[in-house]
Amino acid sequence: MTGVAPTTGRAPANIGLRLQQIFVRLGVLPFLLTFAIVVFSLLSDRFLTLQNGLNVTRQSSFLVMVAMGQMLALLTGGFDLSVGVILAVTSVFGAAAMSGMYAMFPDAVLLCIVVGMLAGIGAGALIGVVNGAGVAFGGVSPFMMTLGMASVGFGISLYQTGGVPVYGMPKEFGKILGFGQLFGFLAAPVIVTLAMIVVMYFLLNWTRMGRYFYAIGGNLKASTLSGINTRLYLFLAYVLCGTIAAIAGIMLTARLETGEANIGATMPLESIAACVIGGVSLRGGTGKLLNVVLGALFIGIIQNGMNLARIESYLQIVVIGILLILAVVADQLRQRLMAKLRD
Amino acid sequence: MTGAAGTSATSEVPVLLRLQKISKQFPGVLALDGVDFDLRPGEVHVLFGENGAGKSTLISLVAGVYRPTGGHIEFRGEEIDLASVHQARQLGISAVFQEFSLVPQLTVEENLFLGAELTQNAMLSKREMKAKAKQILDRLGFPLDPNIRVAYLSRAEQQMVEIAKAFRSDLSVLILDEPTASLTERETQRLFQLIEQAKASGVGIIYITHRMNEIKRIGDRITVLRDGKYVATLGVAEASETRMVELMTGRVIAQIFPKIAYKPGEVVLDVANLSTATKTISGVSLQVRTGEVVGIAGLVGSGKSEVARACFGVEPLASGTVRFASVDVTGASPRQMLARGFFYVPPDRRSEGLIMMRGARENISLPSLNVAPFSKGPLLDRAGEKAKARELAQRLNLSPLNIERALDQFSGGNQQKVLLAKALSREVKLFVFDEPTVGVDVGTRVAIYQFIRDLCEAGAAILLISSDLPEILHLTNRAYVIHRGILRAELTGRDITEDRVLSSFFEREAA
Repeated sequence: MTGVAPTTGRAPANIGLRLQQIFVRLGVLPFLLTFAIVVFSLLSDRFLTLQNGLNVTRQSSFLVMVAMGQMLALLTGGFDLSVGVILAVTSVFGAAAMSGMYAMFPDAVLLCIVVGMLAGIGAGALIGVVNGAGVAFGGVSPFMMTLGMASVGFGISLYQTGGVPVYGMPKEFGKILGFGQLFGFLAAPVIVTLAMIVVMYFLLNWTRMGRYFYAIGGNLKASTLSGINTRLYLFLAYVLCGTIAAIAGIMLTARLETGEANIGATMPLESIAACVIGGVSLRGGTGKLLNVVLGALFIGIIQNGMNLARIESYLQIVVIGILLILAVVADQLRQRLMAKLRD
Repeated sequence: MTGAAGTSATSEVPVLLRLQKISKQFPGVLALDGVDFDLRPGEVHVLFGENGAGKSTLISLVAGVYRPTGGHIEFRGEEIDLASVHQARQLGISAVFQEFSLVPQLTVEENLFLGAELTQNAMLSKREMKAKAKQILDRLGFPLDPNIRVAYLSRAEQQMVEIAKAFRSDLSVLILDEPTASLTERETQRLFQLIEQAKASGVGIIYITHRMNEIKRIGDRITVLRDGKYVATLGVAEASETRMVELMTGRVIAQIFPKIAYKPGEVVLDVANLSTATKTISGVSLQVRTGEVVGIAGLVGSGKSEVARACFGVEPLASGTVRFASVDVTGASPRQMLARGFFYVPPDRRSEGLIMMRGARENISLPSLNVAPFSKGPLLDRAGEKAKARELAQRLNLSPLNIERALDQFSGGNQQKVLLAKALSREVKLFVFDEPTVGVDVGTRVAIYQFIRDLCEAGAAILLISSDLPEILHLTNRAYVIHRGILRAELTGRDITEDRVLSSFFEREAA
């Protein structure tokens, strides 16, 4: 009897310990992902299909991009609440420039698209520049600065459009960048996102700038004393965040084929949620790019799954909020476990 | 075991607090292993040991922060089980830890009564608290305004608030964890008077310090801990420094301070008439040459750090010039100074020195990511970085030698080693060490002194800023004394004596 009892008692204990170790090492994300996939597979037989997988990646690609930008702001110890409005500003100004030019030069389609895109991205990035200047040089807290700019940007886009969508862009714009596919399955936004992941991975892990973002968020004073121009890099973090959000905005405009002032309203919350679920510390200094990408994908999967399971869209918003809070609670738990499992 | 109360043979001496076979198991670490400790009323019982020896754990158990996993605590002959700090306070056991428990946004008065506010019919009786706060501060002789916010106080003043908090209610056991670390000489005197007063009224004091002269001044008995185990208890009279160090480290350290062969060469740093915009220093002139260790002695807040910080570009300048390696660098940024070979090692590793949540590798390479072997052109050279960081960590005996481990998981001494390793990551002509041995144990201290000697003998210029007088006396061949932002004296060689340095502190006040 004594020989049997320990073995049956030990096996589950070992699995529990294993799970704890995985949890501490990788965070909540693997558990959430597994849980979501199992639940939605049971709820809908269309969930686990190749077509749906491609849909999810395409739909999530915009959030993946924005979350990567948001990650930069979070790494430096701040955040950007204006990412949604940057999408809107990019969309409205890009569409206006493109359609205006297209009306004048209907033959120079490619030129119109390029100029329109640059105008849109420029307008969006400009918000990032102002954010960065305020935070880095003006000493305004990221919360107030980006919240204020969110209001400014939203107001400008509404004023610019009178609240009506902007039409009149060349058809090719939406055809190529919105609905275009490579090899019949790689959608244009996904390609752009993949390229951006590569660039960001490179930036964060192989350049001084990336390392300095972590350092500034980790300890601003120590970074200054280590000879880092902390203001410059703080500024650049917001500029990059704005630029990345602007690129996401132009891709979304291509998909929608109109310039809209009302897109991106959920982006600030969702992008911060994606980062936090992906293990980025709200206090700055820590976080891995691939986990952020997975975090954003996870939110996409949840939304897609809930759509397939016919959960009402208003309720979906509730679920996203709850998930964010749960992720933070789980992260606290993880910190405590980490201290416990140390050594 | 508990039934036999009279285990101690010297039972004629009354015992206030007795810890028997006390153990504390943290996950993975046995912080205390069957330690015996007793405290008599009216004595100062010093706890002595290296960092990680278990001193902090022991006082945390007595203060009710943690609960022991083994053994018993007796207070006035009765066994007690402390569940919280609050409960300990009610018994009259109060602790002043190194990490303050003050709320910066609240005033001194509000902090004093935090958690024990005086009330009347569920309303705060503010007038009564105000009067009582003033009374406590006056009795202690602390020149503090009870209405000022704690955030505006200096570290020393915050320490006073902590001490005042402990003296607020009836005391029977007072725990002080390196209380003089941030106090000036005068404030220290005042604290020692208070300790005398408390002793006279029968309070037992547990006192943690690394400083021998303090032990001699106020200590009665000393208990030495090593690796969580009890080593010995001895009276202050029988405790010599070498004996204490031996007990603490478990080995014989021939010499704490190494002999340094100075070879003063050309002038590296030439400061003339330097004043900061905040008036922390005014009209300071000094020189540092290659192959020598120059000290700056001064009390806390005297401006001795600011001299170096102003040269390094952290403090805004008002007037004066800084020449480094014969080039005028007045007003240069830290980045430019680093590029020229001026390295400043800050005193507070947590707040200014290190990025605690990142690994040792990233911390070591941070000041030098723009030079080889840490980068190649615009890109980081991660293989080169890893090799160099590992080499430096090895050279400083980082333990455990895991350069990817986050710094907050290293002990304080090892964090300090990472801080020093940063300075070796690039070519440096002048090293400025600002309080390099604050809060490190003797073993690490010896290693740091040898490190300084090696750098000096290799031809570097070294500026050592310290409030620890023996450090200045034994390590430097030239020393400046700064008092209230003004250069008071320059001493050379044999002239660097305790008397001379101290008299420079007080000359002006006497005049």
